[in-house]
Amino acid sequence: MVSAKALASTRRMEGVQRSWYKFSRNRLSIVGLGTVALVTFLALFAPLVAPYPEHASAFVDFANASRPPSTTYPFGTDVVGRDIMSRVFFGFRFSLVMGVVVLSLVVPPGVILGLVAGYYQGTWVDTVIMRTTDIFLAVPPLVLALAICSVLTPNLFNAMLAVSLMWWPWYCRLVYGLASTLRNEFFVVSAELMGASKFHILFREILPNCISPIFTKMSLDMGWVILIGSSLSFVGLGVQPPRPGLGTMVADGSKYLPDQWWIAVFPALAIVLVVLGFNLLGDGLRDMLAAEEV
Amino acid sequence: MRSTMTDLLTVTDLKKHFIVGQKGIVRREPITVKAVDGVSFAVREGETFGLVGESGSGKSTVAYTIVGMYQPTAGDIAFRGQSLFGKGKRRRPGLKKEIQIVFQDPGSSLNPRRSIKEIVGFPLRLHRGDGNLLSSIQELLEMVELPADYLHKYPQMLGGGEKQMVAIARALATDPSFVILDEPTSALDVSIQAKIINLLLRLQKEFHLSYLFITHDLSLMRNVASRVAIMYLGKIYEIAEAAEFFRNPYHPYTQMLLSSIPVVSEAEEELKPSKITSRGEIPSPVDVPSGCSFHPRCPEGADRCSRDEPPMVEVEPGHTVRCHRFGGGRDAP
Amino acid sequence: MENNLLLDIKDLHVHYDVFGGTLKVLDGVRFSVHGGEKVGLVGETGCGKTTTMKAVLRVLPKPPARITAGQIYFKGRDILDMDSGELGRVRGEGIAMVFQDPTAALNPVFTIGKQLEAAVKYSAARGKRLSGKQIRERAVEALKEVALPDAERLLKNYPFQLSGGMRQRVCIAMAVAGTRELIIADEPGTSLDVSIQDQILRLLRNLADEKNTSIILITHTLGVVREMADRVYVMYAGNMVEVAPTKELFSQPLHPYTVGLMNAVPKLTGGGIADGIPGRIPDYLDPPPGCRFHPRCDRAMEICEQEKPRFYRVNEDHEVACFLYE
Repeated sequence: MVSAKALASTRRMEGVQRSWYKFSRNRLSIVGLGTVALVTFLALFAPLVAPYPEHASAFVDFANASRPPSTTYPFGTDVVGRDIMSRVFFGFRFSLVMGVVVLSLVVPPGVILGLVAGYYQGTWVDTVIMRTTDIFLAVPPLVLALAICSVLTPNLFNAMLAVSLMWWPWYCRLVYGLASTLRNEFFVVSAELMGASKFHILFREILPNCISPIFTKMSLDMGWVILIGSSLSFVGLGVQPPRPGLGTMVADGSKYLPDQWWIAVFPALAIVLVVLGFNLLGDGLRDMLAAEEV
Repeated sequence: MRSTMTDLLTVTDLKKHFIVGQKGIVRREPITVKAVDGVSFAVREGETFGLVGESGSGKSTVAYTIVGMYQPTAGDIAFRGQSLFGKGKRRRPGLKKEIQIVFQDPGSSLNPRRSIKEIVGFPLRLHRGDGNLLSSIQELLEMVELPADYLHKYPQMLGGGEKQMVAIARALATDPSFVILDEPTSALDVSIQAKIINLLLRLQKEFHLSYLFITHDLSLMRNVASRVAIMYLGKIYEIAEAAEFFRNPYHPYTQMLLSSIPVVSEAEEELKPSKITSRGEIPSPVDVPSGCSFHPRCPEGADRCSRDEPPMVEVEPGHTVRCHRFGGGRDAP
Repeated sequence: MENNLLLDIKDLHVHYDVFGGTLKVLDGVRFSVHGGEKVGLVGETGCGKTTTMKAVLRVLPKPPARITAGQIYFKGRDILDMDSGELGRVRGEGIAMVFQDPTAALNPVFTIGKQLEAAVKYSAARGKRLSGKQIRERAVEALKEVALPDAERLLKNYPFQLSGGMRQRVCIAMAVAGTRELIIADEPGTSLDVSIQDQILRLLRNLADEKNTSIILITHTLGVVREMADRVYVMYAGNMVEVAPTKELFSQPLHPYTVGLMNAVPKLTGGGIADGIPGRIPDYLDPPPGCRFHPRCDRAMEICEQEKPRFYRVNEDHEVACFLYE
């Protein structure tokens, strides 16, 4: 006699295996997953894995300044003698935090507004929500972010605020498109005819069918947000020196190109690595979350 | 429409028009699709009333209006003698559980992101309150002859016929008295269709259900319905008891459809009226022909047919037709 | 009619690689069509009929599908052996397929004329230098062959402006624009009304009779095949189980599956519908040993579980894959 609990966990195992199968069809998705895992690990355990953790903050060692990559300093040192590799590891922290915080701020309201607007498509609710979205979308994003950051004190927090403000409309639009189509599906109509509450219809019938595009977009957006955050840091409006934001480091290092190339190039490659990793992961998520067609 | 004690659902002069656009630049006239344009019939308790017609006939619109997806443009629908609509055309809430519908396409009537347990359990939870939910769900699955472990499956893992059985279980979860079946087996293979139809007939007997059965498959209708009505471009053109309908069709449209059914045996060939080839395409419901809507395709057209709309008349007891050729009979009640 | 064998599928095996293993879909399919013949292929969803036809045209999705064995001879040459040039000629002038859903088969952003002309260019005009005018003429001719009136105006229309029946005719026109030999029609008219479907089937029948084009009619509706086909194959779970001339099949169905199907069809004479065939189609991951139908067969014997039945000849043209007729 197999217990119900055992059966349930077998089913879950099978579900996980099936999901992994779909995810791993594309080799690159696995590369993406590995890259993101690596970056997350380095960010989380930076104080432990970085060779010179103290270099991540104010630190000078002019004796070892501007050293090219070597065994002691794999990515070389910058003009004040700080190890670039350690700083890159710590830099990942800022990038990931920015991505996670922005998406956490942006996704819930964007999705909810999109659901409501899509369900009530054609009514005043739709008009109000979507026209507001249009207004936000009409402003060039980087310009808006620059404007906000220059009015407020330049720091990471305000950069995140600025990016969030111009990011939520995309989720609203995405979900609006999905919800307005889905609300005419027979399974939604059936729930309405049963007498389901609006909450049930929006969050139990429609939303689960939007999960795949939302998660895929979130993964790709991690890359974008990090890129925009690095851009803001590059122009001096995000992470402020001496803190090791990746964009900030690229900005610093750009002054010393091409002779001391390593000061700018390694942080830049790190940005590329993170963004690429999330993009590839996003592709894999899309494959994995697609509702199965037998 | 005379309503007797045994009439469960009475539809009186039902109209449903949709405005689909605007015509003209200066004088903006609305373009109306008269999907349903004056339909009257009654379904008796315990019977299966069949509604047959081609695409554009409006049969699905009738179904959707009865079940509450659409508000009628005109006319009335009464359940057990009482109109479905209270003041201001709002539907009475208590009726949501009495009238249920099974849709045509099993693929889209079940949410792919919800398990069978959730799909069938939801109406139970809404309408039957607490009590042992799980065992009620299992009972329902058993009723439609699905194995108990299907609880945990998702719709994509099921075949078309099984999905339809889940849809039927869901419809019966609220303990309804009237079920509308909108082409329930059109998308299914013939052997699975047989299983589902026989299941539906068994359930009907067991739970004293009344069915409104909609299909374009006349051979299927012959074996399912006790009375049949045929629709064309929003109106009903003939109603009769099933055997009479197939043995003795009066209306040219009925004869035309019956003559083109593909059958599988000689015995059935004998039954078919002589071949009437369909002329031309089915007109769109936006542009309904004047007079009798069927006149452009009718092999028997006369002058009157393009001018006046024929009334529904009773040509034999229980058999009504809408055609000028039989205008001499009494007007149908 | 043995002499002009147009298409001859021998012992075709097709497998699909999926999560959990391999779906052994086609398990030794045999199928043949002669010149000028109308052959029906009847089978329910999932039996492999579309897979078979896609294999003929070599349009199976290559992963996950694999052709593991068998030959497909078209006019004596094995399609599976052909290089892309020869295959292109076969697809252009030899075999054409008309799909089930005409709306999905037509590109909504191009006019009918553009699509028809493309069909002509890649089939009849392949390799020949036809001028634009000649291509257009051929397109108009094709439309006339499928009895579509007002061909000149139709060429300028977009698919959404046409009714379902007309779209289906356009698809058939695209097929006959270049092809003279074999047309594979997959559930033609299923999504259309009975009266329109009737017109489409009659059109196909005329094409076959007048132009000596062979037709393979794939359907799950027995009644359609009875009116259209000269010979009928019945397919179940990746195998052909019975083949006979139409009249013979309907008056004397032999295979228990065929009998079950015939019984399950609702009859105009009334009397209720017999219960369908118990059970489900087999899981292709782990199909039943021996005869794939035996778990659902009410006349199964011991040997049915152990060995796979060959085709046994019962009459001159009537063969059954069933041990009952050994």
